[in-house]
Amino acid sequence: MAEKKVILDHINDEGEQTLEVYQGHGGYKALEKAIKQMTPAQILEEVKISNLRGRGGAGFPAGVKWGFIKREALGPKYLICNADEGEPGTFKDRRVMTVKPHIVIEGIIIAAYCMGLDAGYIYIRGEFFEPYQAMDKAIDEAYAKGYLGKNILGSGFNFDLYTYLGAGAYICGDETALMNSLEGKRGMPRLKPPFPAQFGLYGKPTTVHNVETFSAVPSIIANGGKWYSDLGTSKSGGTKLFGISGHVERPGVYELNLGTPWKEFFEDIAGGVRGGKKLKAVIPGGSSTPVLLPHELEGMLLDYESIASRGSMLGTGAVIVFDETTDMVKVAWRAMKFYAHESCGQCTPCREGCDWFYDIFNRIYKGEGREEDLDKIENLSKFIGPNTICAFGDAFVTPALAFIRKFRSDFLEYIKKGKYGLKSGETSHA
Amino acid sequence: MDNMTNRTNEKTKTMNFSFNESSMNEFRRWEKKFPEDPAGRRSLVIPALWISQWQHGYISRDVINYVAEITQTEPLHVWGVATFYTLFKKEKTGKFLLQFCTNITCSLMGGDQVFVNTCKKLGVKAGETTRDGMFTAVEVECLGACGESPTLQVNEKYYTHMTDDEVEKLVADLRKMA
Repeated sequence: MAEKKVILDHINDEGEQTLEVYQGHGGYKALEKAIKQMTPAQILEEVKISNLRGRGGAGFPAGVKWGFIKREALGPKYLICNADEGEPGTFKDRRVMTVKPHIVIEGIIIAAYCMGLDAGYIYIRGEFFEPYQAMDKAIDEAYAKGYLGKNILGSGFNFDLYTYLGAGAYICGDETALMNSLEGKRGMPRLKPPFPAQFGLYGKPTTVHNVETFSAVPSIIANGGKWYSDLGTSKSGGTKLFGISGHVERPGVYELNLGTPWKEFFEDIAGGVRGGKKLKAVIPGGSSTPVLLPHELEGMLLDYESIASRGSMLGTGAVIVFDETTDMVKVAWRAMKFYAHESCGQCTPCREGCDWFYDIFNRIYKGEGREEDLDKIENLSKFIGPNTICAFGDAFVTPALAFIRKFRSDFLEYIKKGKYGLKSGETSHA
Repeated sequence: MDNMTNRTNEKTKTMNFSFNESSMNEFRRWEKKFPEDPAGRRSLVIPALWISQWQHGYISRDVINYVAEITQTEPLHVWGVATFYTLFKKEKTGKFLLQFCTNITCSLMGGDQVFVNTCKKLGVKAGETTRDGMFTAVEVECLGACGESPTLQVNEKYYTHMTDDEVEKLVADLRKMA
């Protein structure tokens, strides 16, 4: 197996961000097919057959999600494209939006047509000014062509699409926090149920997907759900974008069939560890997914199930590679610093918990750790995740536990020797 | 932001900030994106804060009052929103805001050290502005460009594969540009 370019097809071609070039490569043919030759029910059926699962991290089946929306419900219904790409290690959506914005738009329109939605928002994180401008430009082009707006392709279907610019908050990647942000509030997650399909943006039925999930839709419609499903495994259909970074020979965004062996991706495609060094560990799906050791990677396939069977997650497909020289205590410390900065502060166990976690990791890293610190982390971890509104609690507790359990001796060495630590001025709390 | 609740009845008179023509045009463009009701109006809070910051450089108390007025929300709500999101600047920064990612990948690739070295060279601590008002250096969280790390964002623009030398060159170029 090699790379399989479905979403990334032609991504390096000059002008691919323009409608003209995108269309020259068959762009918007799937939209025409969906609207002119298919009923919404047929589209939904193809998406179900495709086995497409949400690419934002949770992996929820897209067809099931689309089925939650009641077409006949009165009043406006909304679509949200989650482009608040902020999971540390993740950099795939930025690339797609900047270089191939029309595939995102085409997927969104097909989804909106299938579910009978009225308007959509692409929520782009505030740092992504360039992708925001690229999306705006592409949306204008799509309006001019009649792919957006009133009576799309003569079908009588109306749909408006807008960009929105976030302002710096990791938590807005949670779909309900994102909706609150879009409503002009602090981005704090909502208690579920009710779920967005019943009570979403402005209290109306809403479907939220990641950029990559929408980007997969045109190929599903063009080639059929079965074609897409067959690219992956029986439970994880299609291709997935992987962003690999850190101590790797060829970092970047790659598209692979789900179920591709890890070894093949890492060694053949990404070139293995940089500079011929030995591998120490890998974070497979963004900083919220537990770190894996080399022996845990043996025989692993890149799909939801195989990574889960090793106690981690496919997540966003954000692979971070650590070579043998890496100080894993520092990595864990830096990860916890991030979470302590990003908790929205709504739920006490998370707000206080992530600060406590950071305090403990910080003192260990500074060489002031105490013998009971690792037990304290273990103990605290039981009270956070289950007692919070959103997944943020689990997002820092689970990786924290993996770090201290898998690199216990490194942590103990720090605690025992107490001589390492921050060089003066090396850091400050951002 | 003391006495936020003690709004004066003459707030329009004391207001020292309002959109200029191009900001107002941008705001009108954003107005079309949301429903024409109070909830849709509130959705304009974050865009209005952005437009204000683009015009004014940071979010002052006058900006808060102005945004509250044009979005028909309370200043306290706007302040709550402005302080929640890290990209809204609550005080003036240098002409160029140097935002160094030091998250996991960027640190692995040396970004944290580049940040420290840059601060030393500029003679500032994290978050401080150089005396000539040109540069403010801050540490930020993952910018989503890990494949080309270490990453530096200067105002809106990304610069990747940053080394001490690259940053030094960039700083010199920016100085010339200004």
